[in-house]
Amino acid sequence: MSLKLPVYLDHNATTPVDPRVLAAMMPYLTDVFGNAASRSHAFGWQAEAAVEAAREQVAKLIGASSKDIVWTSGATESDNLAIKGIAQMYREKGNHIITCVTEHKAVLDPCRRLGEAGCRITYLPVDHHGLVCPRQIADAITDQTILISIMAANNEIGTIHPIAEIGQLAKARGVLFHCDATQAVGKIPLNVDEMGIDLLSLSGHKFYGPKGAGALYVRRRNPRVRLTCQMDGGGHERGMRSGTLNVPGIVGLGAAAEICHAEMADESPRLTALRDRLHNGITEQLDHVKLNGHPAERLPNTLNMSFAYVEGEALMMKMKNVAVSSGSACTSASLEPSYVLRATGVGDEMAHSSIRFSVGRSTTPEQIDYAVEQVVRAVNDLREMSPLYEMAQEGGEAHGT
Amino acid sequence: MLYSDKVIDHFTNPRNVGSLDKASARVGTGIVGAPECGDVMKLQIEVDDDGRIVDAKFKTFGCGSAIAASSLATEWLKGRTVDQATELKNVDIANELSLPPVKIHCSVLAEDAVKAAIEDWKRKHGDGDRDEGAAESADEGQAPETTGAPAGQGQPARADV
Repeated sequence: MSLKLPVYLDHNATTPVDPRVLAAMMPYLTDVFGNAASRSHAFGWQAEAAVEAAREQVAKLIGASSKDIVWTSGATESDNLAIKGIAQMYREKGNHIITCVTEHKAVLDPCRRLGEAGCRITYLPVDHHGLVCPRQIADAITDQTILISIMAANNEIGTIHPIAEIGQLAKARGVLFHCDATQAVGKIPLNVDEMGIDLLSLSGHKFYGPKGAGALYVRRRNPRVRLTCQMDGGGHERGMRSGTLNVPGIVGLGAAAEICHAEMADESPRLTALRDRLHNGITEQLDHVKLNGHPAERLPNTLNMSFAYVEGEALMMKMKNVAVSSGSACTSASLEPSYVLRATGVGDEMAHSSIRFSVGRSTTPEQIDYAVEQVVRAVNDLREMSPLYEMAQEGGEAHGT
Repeated sequence: MLYSDKVIDHFTNPRNVGSLDKASARVGTGIVGAPECGDVMKLQIEVDDDGRIVDAKFKTFGCGSAIAASSLATEWLKGRTVDQATELKNVDIANELSLPPVKIHCSVLAEDAVKAAIEDWKRKHGDGDRDEGAAESADEGQAPETTGAPAGQGQPARADV
């Protein structure tokens, strides 16, 4: 059987739309084209019914009530709406927000902007596995604290934070808890009530839904969370997010959520096995490699590794038929390597040498074996031309170990 | 990163990868960059009695364009005199490889590596202010200052590897 190339191992960046999701969406791109806000005719009613069905599907995946789901364009918008919306709404109560250094830029940048506008932001560190410490969160809370924003799982290294514990302490101290669950939704079980989450961001394209469709969960009871809308207009979505709804996208998001809910129990161990097959295949053949992130408390699909003495971008170029991403500075416009890896104490040299593999629904054992072969070959080739490897072999200072 | 065909070619089929005997009097070695910055280049030249570069080798830790820039530099050095080699400029490398703006520093690093290798060779031959004895002892060093290019090259050549 011939393998179709290139092999896609970058599912944390985005996922392909599941064919079942596409099938669910198609009618809403053609015949059922109504505006869900049109109350006066069947076109609008049909669209509204589809949107409400999707709301149920998404709510069910995170253990929420469907009334608490606000549609957005994706997780970046959800994060902005949650953080800025809370900061503005609760300004009289306080101006302090607690977050963490390894959050996604969609959380860090809104926080930074609020910081410039007079809010006080606490950026908590993480340990060498990328875990935030709940006790440090508790210690950071003051009578001015209005929000804790901690992600469910990190996009680069896959480390899963102790969300239930954080939710519990937030409740105990009367502080709202926002969780950017973009990478976790559809991969691990989440329940907003059990975990004490007040606001939760998610994005459809991370779990086989379409791009441009996301949601923010906003708790309506115990406590009732209010926020200042960031988009003024027709007052859609209980006044929290104006704008004509992306009906086909929302239908797709709902269908994707339903599939994840039904299949997660089977899919999760399958992805874990593929991820570990990749990890073991590599470590069996290569020395001087390091796992980044938590060895156990990690997303089932995510494997982030550093390959000492080789640079990440060059490594990706060498294995051009395996699509992955790197924490190397050379893959970005900035000159700094991954801030997430640096925050976990990975030195700059090893951050430059990092590769993130993320497997997904369509990944096969054959693809994993091919990737192992390509990684091993590419690393060996590049080490052959690496002056650092040469020095290490000659008994010089061992780098990156 | 979308690279030019020339970068892809040099990256895929790098010329002159390898090492020369750094203890040889005919060989000049330049090591520049730093692992924390994601780029380290080692470039070596072998010079005959007439001052002509008869061989050049490199090893590079760095991105695709850093590897391509060092590969191209070694190709250009071979057959040239040391004096001609000192005229190699980073813009020539950047233009030849059509490097995108964020990758210009790779060509600067290649120029620094060439200059550092030439400096090292000259030092072995008693050029400059040092005497033979000092040059020889410098050659023994693991991470030699011998690789330091003269100041004023925009980015000082570093050997802190």
